Amino acid sequence: MTERRPSPAADLDRQLADLEQEIDRLRRRSREHSVPVEAEIAPLMERAEQLRVQIYTHPSPWHIVQLARQSQRPRLLDFLGTLCSDVMELHGDRLYRDDPALLAALARFDGQPVVVIGHNKGKDTKENIARNFGMPYPEGYRKALRAMRLAEKFRYPVISFVDTPGAYPGDEAEERGQAEAIARNIQEMSRLRTPVVVVITGEGGSGGALAIAVGDAVLMLQYAVYTVISPEGCAAILWHDASRARDAAAALKLTAEDLHALGVVDEVLPEPFGGAHREPDATFATVREALQRHLQALRTVPIEILLDRRYEKYRRMGRILEESTQSAPSLQSSRSLAQDR
Amino acid sequence: MPAGIWAKCPRCRNLIYRKELERNLKVCPKCSYHHRLTAVERVEITLDQNSFQEYDAGLTSTDPLGFESYPDKLSEAQAKTDQAEAVLTGEGTIEGWRTVIGALDFYFMGGSMGSAVGEKVARAAERAHAQRLPLLIFSASGGARMQEGVLSLMQLAKTSAAIGRLHDAGLPYLSVMCDPTTGGVTASFAFLGDVILAEPGALIGFAGRRVIEQTIRRKLPEDFQTAEFCLQKGLLDMVVPRTEMRSALSRLLAFVGAPRLVPVQIEPAPAAQP
Repeated sequence: MTERRPSPAADLDRQLADLEQEIDRLRRRSREHSVPVEAEIAPLMERAEQLRVQIYTHPSPWHIVQLARQSQRPRLLDFLGTLCSDVMELHGDRLYRDDPALLAALARFDGQPVVVIGHNKGKDTKENIARNFGMPYPEGYRKALRAMRLAEKFRYPVISFVDTPGAYPGDEAEERGQAEAIARNIQEMSRLRTPVVVVITGEGGSGGALAIAVGDAVLMLQYAVYTVISPEGCAAILWHDASRARDAAAALKLTAEDLHALGVVDEVLPEPFGGAHREPDATFATVREALQRHLQALRTVPIEILLDRRYEKYRRMGRILEESTQSAPSLQSSRSLAQDR
Repeated sequence: MPAGIWAKCPRCRNLIYRKELERNLKVCPKCSYHHRLTAVERVEITLDQNSFQEYDAGLTSTDPLGFESYPDKLSEAQAKTDQAEAVLTGEGTIEGWRTVIGALDFYFMGGSMGSAVGEKVARAAERAHAQRLPLLIFSASGGARMQEGVLSLMQLAKTSAAIGRLHDAGLPYLSVMCDPTTGGVTASFAFLGDVILAEPGALIGFAGRRVIEQTIRRKLPEDFQTAEFCLQKGLLDMVVPRTEMRSALSRLLAFVGAPRLVPVQIEPAPAAQP
């Protein structure tokens, strides 16, 4: 392994982590020995805040991964509670059990009935253990599909909130058909006969995210991430070195800005400085406005046109090189960028 | 497998006369281990002789993210397999039944699905649709191709949506899972077949064994995620030995293909008696 010099961003990170550790240590001492440490802590806190400002003025992809995973980031229940009224949760997939990692509900948004689905990540350890850290089993995805079928039946739009490290990688999840459940949802969402708006609010973890993220409009919060594999997993597989997660985060192009440029995300929703958790109300207002705008536009589109547009949108995703089949004198000269959008 | 007169079976370690192994469709005559096939070999042993017409031969992935050493890996894979991408698509006949066919090549970057694989599979589905032919796909893949980031993930949506349209059109899609079929390919077209078949002993699963073991902090049983295990758990329709695959597919095509592909003659209803 070659010696790697830490980037300036990594340096700032380390300084901030050291400062936070020191502040924690002082606080603990203060509690345990009842000694006042405020005078000591204040300048450290100030320095930490300066570092945060430096870091979050131009956050690196790795910092954005940290923001997306921030434990105090608004969660599904926060969005649901603030943006919707008349919420009635629906339980169970009618086949096996109710999966608390994925929530489905009937609700009103702007007074209109909608079906809401989403990964139900918690904010603390207790909540997260109860909800499996927002990592669904197949029954979670099947519950989501059942709820989407209801939406289709009554022609209510679906609003899907995405925030998951991924589908749960456990033995029972495999046995009950995790892959099939995800594949089925992806296929059915691609042709669901009602408008679907997706908001990626935190972690968009691969197939586990996509299983509820195929839609007419895919919106993404500025500091959310969406990726085919976690940066840690990517680094471990490609470079046999999980500590290169920071490099993988940059290489994977997983930020909202990158994904908007690649045509995977339709709109990036700006967050307050330092992340959504700093000013949740501002974040809710942004999401509300975007949802209103998109739902209003989608409601007026006849369903067959909506389905064709949705199909075409996903059909175009990707970049390929195509050699012309008529005359191929040499591989190099006959290749053209056929699908560079 | 390296060239030579003798081949060593990776499972039973016996030396097998290579010609005999090939005559047996690369199934070990001693332990019936199914050796992995290239996409070309797969198409050869499946279709009637000289019936294959390839689609989109020159279509490849590019390097949309500027990902470290991806162009080199692509060129290496192309040189090694003499294929432009990790899937071979086209059409041909199986015991006379016309079908669109796709075969993933595990020897090409682990059969991983990037933009080009997704595009070729989607086009194969669309051609099946346009010509009202069945679609048959042999999968062998480690999953989505990391080097294309989320664009690879979007191929799950692209391929699944294209197959959804086949279903809407009432056209049959047969999926055959070969060793190994994992990750993003299982979470899209491989598990969307009207009928799902697998080769004996094939590894089939969404998450990798190591990841699962780390998650549940237990060792998994030896047969976990094998085709036989998946069959028992209700995830597949049948496990079919390679030597019987062609006849199984032909029988299936006769079942699911025939009524759809032959134009249905509808007798005019007799005029109602007054």
